Amino acid sequence: MSALVRIEGLNVALPPGGDRTLAVADVNLDIGSSEIVCIVGESGSGKSVTAHAVMGLLPRALKTVSGRILFEGRDMLTQSAEDWRRTRGAGIAMVFQDPMAALNPVMAIGRQITEQIRAHRAVGEAAAMRDAAVLVARMGLEPGLLHAYPHQLSGGQRQRVMIAMALSLSPRLLIADEPTTALDVTTQAQILELIRNAQRERQMSVLFITHDFGVVSDLADRVAVMREGRIVESGTAREVLDRPQAGYTRALIAAVPRLSGSPAPLAREKPLLEVAGLSKRYRGSGGFLGLWHGRREHRALDRVSLTLQRGETLGVVGESGSGKSTLARCIIRLADPDAGEVLFDGADLAGMGRRELRAQRRRIQMVFQDPFSSLNPRHTVGEIVTAGPRAHGEGAKISLARAVEMLKLVGLEEAVLSRYPHEFSGGQRQRIGLARALMLKPDVLIADEPVSALDVTVQAQVLDLLDKVRRQMNLAMLFITHDMRVAARICHRVMVMRQGQVVEEGPTGALFAAPRNEYTGRLLAAIPGRQRLEA
Amino acid sequence: MKEFLSRLLVRPQTLIGLAVFAAIVVVALGAPLLFPKGPFTIVGMPLLAPGSPGLPAGSDVLGRSMLVGLAYGARVSLLVGISSTCCAVGIGVLLGAVAGYYGGVVDDLLMRFTEFFQIIPAFVLLMVLVAFLQPSLFSEVIGIALITWPQVARVARGEFLVLRSREFVQAAQLLGESDLRIIFRQILPNALPPIVVVGSMMVGSAILTESALAFLGLGDPGLMSWGSMIGASRSAMWVAWWTTVLPGLAIMVTVLALNFIGDGLNEALGPRRRQ
Repeated sequence: MSALVRIEGLNVALPPGGDRTLAVADVNLDIGSSEIVCIVGESGSGKSVTAHAVMGLLPRALKTVSGRILFEGRDMLTQSAEDWRRTRGAGIAMVFQDPMAALNPVMAIGRQITEQIRAHRAVGEAAAMRDAAVLVARMGLEPGLLHAYPHQLSGGQRQRVMIAMALSLSPRLLIADEPTTALDVTTQAQILELIRNAQRERQMSVLFITHDFGVVSDLADRVAVMREGRIVESGTAREVLDRPQAGYTRALIAAVPRLSGSPAPLAREKPLLEVAGLSKRYRGSGGFLGLWHGRREHRALDRVSLTLQRGETLGVVGESGSGKSTLARCIIRLADPDAGEVLFDGADLAGMGRRELRAQRRRIQMVFQDPFSSLNPRHTVGEIVTAGPRAHGEGAKISLARAVEMLKLVGLEEAVLSRYPHEFSGGQRQRIGLARALMLKPDVLIADEPVSALDVTVQAQVLDLLDKVRRQMNLAMLFITHDMRVAARICHRVMVMRQGQVVEEGPTGALFAAPRNEYTGRLLAAIPGRQRLEA
Repeated sequence: MKEFLSRLLVRPQTLIGLAVFAAIVVVALGAPLLFPKGPFTIVGMPLLAPGSPGLPAGSDVLGRSMLVGLAYGARVSLLVGISSTCCAVGIGVLLGAVAGYYGGVVDDLLMRFTEFFQIIPAFVLLMVLVAFLQPSLFSEVIGIALITWPQVARVARGEFLVLRSREFVQAAQLLGESDLRIIFRQILPNALPPIVVVGSMMVGSAILTESALAFLGLGDPGLMSWGSMIGASRSAMWVAWWTTVLPGLAIMVTVLALNFIGDGLNEALGPRRRQ
């Protein structure tokens, strides 16, 4: 079988002063015709750099040192800029992770598709638009969408448009760089299906970059696992998934959280936190002064109730826009609910004045999603971790001593106290954020997607840490996530939310094994790699 | 800090700007030591050309040394430029921070108040203010600060609006930190870079404004400033070019140096540079 793309001994150098000299080191990879090859790896593994090198889109700071990239027998690395222009789009097309950034915000969708067609083929606008309409229909989108602008579409629709654009010139190779990472599970499943079908129909090859072994098992014919710029293992999907040879591959596969084996529900006790009928509406005004589209009202939370007892983890799962984060913000009063009550240890937080709230709030703390924005970049770790106790009047010496203890608990050393957040990895930052929250000795910990920005192996460590801390401090934990697999790993009970309402609620194991609600069933079915990895 | 300096000093314009500005500061500070007789002392015949004995920069219409006037003028320019900018940044940051942090009605009210200052022709307002308060160093500083603070307030508000929704600010709220502490300790350090850039540019424009006021005779009558030197010599412009051109050049070079520094700061602190 002759390969469509052959990467031979590719070395790409990082700018000097990095933690390693090569972004990609001695990579050899073949992509056969009409084959789906997945490159899997964690962040910084060089998987995206490899894909961008094939597309000829390396960032300026990165230079190819040696190696060859043969596309249909031609060496791409030695070809001229004009040849590159002809190859891109027509021969090789690419779908990016963030479709909002890849689409031009001031150009209608249809024009963006026809622009690309006409850049490569001598056709008129009308003919190109007819092609665009066919493509858009194949992607399962309404024809009216051709006149819409990117901001009017949902994330899934945008990604479909991107795929339509990529397919518009019938490329021989489609490169997809984490195209579903920013999408909900159900949308992700649809997009993967779409890519698979397009590949089959057009007999094209796909190079798919992902960090998720679930996606790999659903999609790939062949797999290459990358770590620190090198391919540690490659082979057919079956070989790599069923009989992984490299220890790293085994660790990666093992780190993918499974749906089974979730903790059993606790014996019922008097709840510590009781939320009843919590509602929140957002009023957005469309257009200038709200005159164009009239006033829009969005029900972010619709009569949500829940209970949470000491030592228990309650998972709140749902897709984006389901209201799960709003729920957390309303409980902790970062947003003010319109109706309902939040009984915490008998007192209603929802109706409390500022001063009372300040005293109660220290008992409910939060861990945030984004490890980069949740720590003040201008403060040292010491300042960050001691800020809570200091604000409540604790002496500097005592709180510093406690901070050292707390950092040890979350697995960090005393030496980090004088360092700044940018010196730490995502996982370490989440640990710092957790230490900050625990310094106030809270009774309730709200974790809002605490691991969704982390690599799988780090994700597993942080989840274990959260569980350990919950047991040690007998915390009640409200765990918000969009990932059912993550919820299954540490939650005693889960609550599924959709459009601001609770769809169903129950013990994690029982609910995931036999969902009563059709929506929950759909969410579970959409989890990538379910069949193979759960077996 | 080291990294910031190395980023700041890569551009030759920034280096030139800093060097020129430092030289002007030295001259301004050293003027009373170098020329203890002061700028108003008559030292010779009027309108002597530059290079005459004892008068390297010539003399003005009353026979005073241009060189001494230029050195003393630097004192006024820098003093007014820097102190009015400090006042403006102070007012602007305070109002902008409060508006951006609290949002809602507070923001609306403060921003309408800011716009009130922005819609009045600034220089007219300034002349009225200075004339009303009697021309003096103090009234010039207050007047210039009053017409320039809205720029800073706008920038500060924008930064605060963005930063207050960052998760570390929410975390600080949950930890029970007071609003004052969140504004000044959590958000302000992160909002500072663009404010510093705007501030450095404002020093230059404040110097220009001061010169314009002095030219019109609204400067402090007891002090020699570059603007008042031009104003006093404008009748002699055609017979003795140096009486107006030299102070004009001094203004130009100072403002240019400050703008170079501002550009350099913008490059070094701007988010787009961080790659």
